[in-house]
Amino acid sequence: MEVGIAHFLTVSAILFTLGVFGIFLNRKNVIIILMSIELILLAVNINFVAFSAVLGDLVGQVFALFILTVAAAEAAIGLAILVVFFRNRGTIAVEDINMMKG
Amino acid sequence: MLTGLEAIFFYLFAFIGVAAAFMVISARNPVHSVLYLIVTFFNAAALFLLTGAEFLAMIMLVVYVGAVAVLFLFVVMMLDVDFAELKQGALQYAPIGAIVGIVLAAELVVVLGGYAFSPELAGEIAKPTPDIAIRHNTAALGDILYTDYIHFFQIAGLVLLVAMIGAIVLTLRHKEGVRRQSIPAQVARTPETAIEIRKVESGEGI
Repeated sequence: MEVGIAHFLTVSAILFTLGVFGIFLNRKNVIIILMSIELILLAVNINFVAFSAVLGDLVGQVFALFILTVAAAEAAIGLAILVVFFRNRGTIAVEDINMMKG
Repeated sequence: MLTGLEAIFFYLFAFIGVAAAFMVISARNPVHSVLYLIVTFFNAAALFLLTGAEFLAMIMLVVYVGAVAVLFLFVVMMLDVDFAELKQGALQYAPIGAIVGIVLAAELVVVLGGYAFSPELAGEIAKPTPDIAIRHNTAALGDILYTDYIHFFQIAGLVLLVAMIGAIVLTLRHKEGVRRQSIPAQVARTPETAIEIRKVESGEGI
């Protein structure tokens, strides 16, 4: 039973789908939505690293590193916005986030 | 790519990681969600180790488990939210979520079943991975990250700096009535403003 790139891509595809499904399942809770986005980015990272290993190209890992950076920044900013929103409105339900009438 | 014991460990880590990811989105308590997210990241880091991306695996642990997950944990515990109420009616969106998920999974399966490596690909390798016996993963990554990709590296640092400043500015709160140290006011003090000389009559207090 040899594990090849297809196995890694399958794991990543499952994680990606779970992340997208999580956004729909927890439509009211912004924190879980942010966690789902982290899952999606993790799936993308697994793809990059798997292809990097199979092709023997190190640039895939460099790119995964940059995705990691952006994911960390996104989590920090997202949670900061969430904290400010909670201070102003006292709720984090998604349907209450309508102050900008978007 | 992986055989024998490595393959067994791949299945172990992949299964635990996917199961934990499922628990992230289905757990009732957000604190449990964050803890399951940590489990997922640990297993993903193990998968990275299996592919030979050692540095990324360790960075994964440091950045995600050490920083992002703890940040999530702090925010979940800091916000006084009735999470049971937020969970109410969650299954109402499950059907459309399932439809989108199935469509997405089907598309990904189609891609998985249909891909093939181009024959010219072997000539297109930008930075070949050196043999791990000669140059280990961290050193090899540093070799190209600090030379050919230095600008990207610096832009990544800039992104983190902007994110840090943004997070501080967003959450900074100016409270009324807080007595702060004022250096100019302290330095500007003179004996005239600081000392008051009173004549005290003998036998009486001030």
